[in-house]
Amino acid sequence: MMEKMILGRYLPGDSVVHRMDPRAKLLFIFGFVLIVFLANNVLTYALLSLFTLVVILLSKVRIAFLMAGLKPVIFLILFTFLIHVFFTKEGEVLAQLGFLSIYKGGIIKGAFISLRFLLLIFVTSLLTLTTPPISVTDGIESLFGPLKRVKVPVHELALMISISLRFIPTLLDETDKIMKAQMARGADFTSGSVSSRVKAVIPLLIPLFVSAFKRAEELAVAMEARGYRGGEGRTKYRVLAWHLRDTAALFVLAALASALVGLRS
Amino acid sequence: MDIKFHGVEYRYAAGTPFERLAITDVTFHIPSGEYVAVIGHTGSGKSTVLQHLNVLLQPLRGKIEVGSRTIAAGRKEKNLKEVRRRIGIVFQFPEHQLFEETVEKDICFGPMNFGVSEEEAKKRAREAIHLVGLPSSVLERSPFDLSGGQMRRVAIAGVLAMKPDVLVLDEPTAGLDPRGRREIMELFYSLKKENSLTCVLVTHSMEDAARYADRLIVMHKGRVVKTGTPRELFRNRDSLTALGLDVPETVRLQYMFEEKLGQPLPHLCLTPEELAQEIALFRGERP
Repeated sequence: MMEKMILGRYLPGDSVVHRMDPRAKLLFIFGFVLIVFLANNVLTYALLSLFTLVVILLSKVRIAFLMAGLKPVIFLILFTFLIHVFFTKEGEVLAQLGFLSIYKGGIIKGAFISLRFLLLIFVTSLLTLTTPPISVTDGIESLFGPLKRVKVPVHELALMISISLRFIPTLLDETDKIMKAQMARGADFTSGSVSSRVKAVIPLLIPLFVSAFKRAEELAVAMEARGYRGGEGRTKYRVLAWHLRDTAALFVLAALASALVGLRS
Repeated sequence: MDIKFHGVEYRYAAGTPFERLAITDVTFHIPSGEYVAVIGHTGSGKSTVLQHLNVLLQPLRGKIEVGSRTIAAGRKEKNLKEVRRRIGIVFQFPEHQLFEETVEKDICFGPMNFGVSEEEAKKRAREAIHLVGLPSSVLERSPFDLSGGQMRRVAIAGVLAMKPDVLVLDEPTAGLDPRGRREIMELFYSLKKENSLTCVLVTHSMEDAARYADRLIVMHKGRVVKTGTPRELFRNRDSLTALGLDVPETVRLQYMFEEKLGQPLPHLCLTPEELAQEIALFRGERP
């Protein structure tokens, strides 16, 4: 049941997007998230959508797969859409439902906001889909490197991120196993009243916590046994390499940003 | 309780890019009261088969008959409690499923989920704790204060207290010391005999398979490749090594003995006791 989770998973592959430097990807996405807010009319949104589509095609990730990843957030998108539809009072009135009236402006605004959501989700999930978590953390560590001067423990933070990312699948597996073991003993996680379901989680959570703590302790001992003592003087096994294409990607993004500035109303 | 698999297939993460075939075309029949060992290399699909036994996984193709209940592919199965009560699974490292404040409560968890009264469950807990060879004083303790071996026994007691008709054991002795292994395996064997249970043992240990099982099911890459009695299968060592398996130590010793001797012994021996007797007979000694 845990195997259906798509959000945040890495999909191995070989494409231009896969090969990009994780730092470039992070910067690119950070930039993209900012410029999405520049769009405010049909033309700019069309440009953004087209751009996103091209990036998706370049990454060779199946669109159906991205769509499947939308499932957990679809309600959020629908909800925002409806809020805008019902509470924006601009343009001509299209329909009247009791005390609620739907304006043309509301529909347009709702559609734009939903589209903005979709684009953001697509592009950000492309990051995790095309970049191994370890590279994401390497990228973050490298980008935040300058903060070391002001005594921010960048290496330790990056390590924490990578350890937690590393253990998500492990913990999911573990959850699945314990769930099955308790179901074999007659536990029922899927039916009954709310309070009985909350109670049903206890036989799952306690073993999960116990094993997570045990794992953490074992990991700490194993790291110390191998001489780990923080980031001081530590060399890297995976060295990030910035290529021309990474610079090019950022230039493309800059071009997109200026086009948006030019076209927005 | 009879168990039949007809062309069962299962894939993990079906319909996503992570799809992985686990088992396919798995067909076998375990008659009531039989002790069957499922052997195979890591990743051969043994554990997947085991999870189908009480419908923790549902086949994507084929069907499974468990007693009078039929589980077919592509149907939403409801009311699985009866099946799950009758099939007790001891998972690998079952101590990971302990969660209650006291051992007694943890053992009672299974029976009470299946509708047994608290009184009856407590009675069963006392019986079960003796069966697994622990003193009743353990019942009042927290399962997390026990040693690893004791925790394992408590977890097993929790399954036994459900009084299942079929015992399914997934490497129940992994990580135990030799004496603990022997004790636990003997416990299952005597339980099986006394209560005419059906037993399905998933194991890497050819020694256990040889000693206890009536019949072996050999799995390789998600398929059943061989079935037969231990004697039949262990006679042909090469076909097992081709699957990444081997014969039990005793059988290996017998083969070495026969090679040195230049002639085979009349019977294939599965346990050290049998082999000792056979060799004694060979030398013309009375056992």
